[in-house]
Amino acid sequence: MRNLLSVSQVSKELFYEIYQTALLVRELLRKGEKKFPVLRGKCVVNLFFEPSTRTRSSFEKAGKFLSADVINISTSQSSVRKGESLIDTVKNLDMMHPDVIVLRHPCEGAPDLAQKFISASVVNAGDGRREHPTQALLDCSTLTEHFGSLKGKRITIVGDIANSRVARSDSILLRELGASVFCYGPSTMMPRVVEALGIKRLSSFEEVVEVSDAVILLRIQLERQAAKKVFPSIREYSELFGLNLKKLKMFKPDTVILHPGPFNRGVEITGEVAYSTRSLIFPQVEMGLAVRMVILSLLCNRLNKLKEVLL
Amino acid sequence: MRLLIRGALVVDPSQGIEEVLDLFIENGVIADLGKGLPKSLSTETIDADGLVLTPGFIDLHSHLREPGQEWKEDIESGSQGAVAGGITSVCCMANTDPVNDNPAITRYIIDRAKEVGLCDVFPVGAMTKGLKGEELAEIGLMVKAGIVAISDDGETPKDSKVLRSAMDYARSLGIPVFTHSEDKSLSEGGHMNEGYLSSLLGIPGIPKEAEEIGTLRDLVIAKLTGAHIHVCHVSTEGALKAIEAAKKEGVRVSCEITPHHFTLTERAVEGFNTNAKMCPPLRDENDVKACREALKRGVAEVIATDHAPHSEDEKAVEFCQAPFGIIGFQTLLPLSLELVRKGYLTLSQMVEKLTLNPAKIIRKRDIGTLRRGARANLTLFDPNEEFTLTREEIRSKSFNTPFLGWRLKGKVKFTVYDGRIVYKS
Repeated sequence: MRNLLSVSQVSKELFYEIYQTALLVRELLRKGEKKFPVLRGKCVVNLFFEPSTRTRSSFEKAGKFLSADVINISTSQSSVRKGESLIDTVKNLDMMHPDVIVLRHPCEGAPDLAQKFISASVVNAGDGRREHPTQALLDCSTLTEHFGSLKGKRITIVGDIANSRVARSDSILLRELGASVFCYGPSTMMPRVVEALGIKRLSSFEEVVEVSDAVILLRIQLERQAAKKVFPSIREYSELFGLNLKKLKMFKPDTVILHPGPFNRGVEITGEVAYSTRSLIFPQVEMGLAVRMVILSLLCNRLNKLKEVLL
Repeated sequence: MRLLIRGALVVDPSQGIEEVLDLFIENGVIADLGKGLPKSLSTETIDADGLVLTPGFIDLHSHLREPGQEWKEDIESGSQGAVAGGITSVCCMANTDPVNDNPAITRYIIDRAKEVGLCDVFPVGAMTKGLKGEELAEIGLMVKAGIVAISDDGETPKDSKVLRSAMDYARSLGIPVFTHSEDKSLSEGGHMNEGYLSSLLGIPGIPKEAEEIGTLRDLVIAKLTGAHIHVCHVSTEGALKAIEAAKKEGVRVSCEITPHHFTLTERAVEGFNTNAKMCPPLRDENDVKACREALKRGVAEVIATDHAPHSEDEKAVEFCQAPFGIIGFQTLLPLSLELVRKGYLTLSQMVEKLTLNPAKIIRKRDIGTLRRGARANLTLFDPNEEFTLTREEIRSKSFNTPFLGWRLKGKVKFTVYDGRIVYKS
């Protein structure tokens, strides 16, 4: 694989290979191993046109743990503000011979555009509302580890589906792995054609409780002025769609909770839920690092080398 | 200057003609039309066996970008593109820089077009100063200078009172109002049709309803004022229904459909193709069908291009940052002929929508017809010749079209303007 633009490029078989490898990586990480001589001599550029702490630092650590050189570029320091186009920015970077460009960008399809002009591999680290493939890989890895298999599992994504790249990527990979995907949230936050995502919309919290083996909560950003046309207040969201311990207790005892982070305490999730035994939120973060190490190795054609190191 | 065109299938809906005839031009006007005109009449003869001869096409909707945005297009390159597409009269929208909201700009455009001399350029004047939707532009003075209609195109005033005044005034001056009917408060921030694909890709959508609300409002104000409104680039079934209903009520309304809206669906956007980004956006199959049916049933009288050049640099950006619009002059004929081949239109109906009907809308009696004495503006095309739309083929300065690389059928062979051959392929 040269680029990872959409998680639809990942077949079931490839997913399991990534997942199995990620588990081994994580095992070594847990033993305190933090330097894998896999990408020595390789260069990874994190090119972020949107603020991000979690994803960027996850990719950065993934590159560094694999012994690659990692460069971080974010919009505040880039020439984008001087009016340079995306194509020119990535073309210039490409002339400095990076091996992978990890791109986060507010416009849908930006990584698809960028990859046409450069020889480095491109990882889509989130393009607008469209996709966030490594998030789906880490979510599905976390869930696969928890359940053993996702076949027949019912996963509900709760929140702003219309604006969520996590929902789009998750729904693609979850379905590829045999899960049924549902969504729930304010009607104003649903895409016009929910079916386009291959998911089914649930109309009440009771239904969510009834069907879900796992719930993926999405971050809600009601502080933006535009969002106020869509939903009245954080208080109301939290009351109607947020998850607290009381509501969590209504679910089957083995239903688990995920969140791509960063979560807003007291908005879509309370601290109690995030830190409960039912929460996989922190394991997700750890899995994210391992998965991204596998992805960077894969795109640099060093997956076998990584596996050798792991043996 | 004398020119004899022999043996073409002459299609002229203004006279109900569709037969093989000869046509003789003298001093820039049509001197004779008939069977077996003597060859001695002429110094120059075109043997047009197998070709179709029609009045020169009239495009009610284009953007020639001069003055102010000459890197995209100018009146000369736009005229060249037009005649290569068989178009001898072009109406150009007012969103130039500065805006065509005063008679000086109107005169500049007309004078510049005359210097170029390849085709008529009929400016459409702004409805409001600076297209801002606040104060009326100098419509009366612009009419004197030569505008054929008024329009704020993409910026039809949100303020209904301003729109009412503009329509009222236009009616009193005897010119139509071209509306880009859209409720921007509903479509703001959108980049493609709101539907299956936008949901899948997460690209903010432009709901059909924005066009439908805009159309309904504009129709209601047309009814109130008695103005003739011409609804531009209709793209949805709902808007077409609204227009049809208004016609039955006696509202003076006409409308146009673009070739891209009756040819392509939103799927053309796949792969984030900025050359398939325009406003209104490409819709779904149902709407494409409704557009074709509307042309067939006469609900839509006109096919117009909305030729909107943008440079490659402007389009070589992220989808959500690309400007709206595609070029359309040289794809007008082959895409329209596709409707004939598919059985939606007869050849004569197609020609009517490209010639006679637009001429009526802008109240021009000496074009859009092959009557004796009319200006000799003609298009001569081979309906069966195939060609690939390459960059070399395109005469405009810009290449922003989703049809680049398409195999198209129907080629303009000669375009004649005021009796002169201005294009030959």
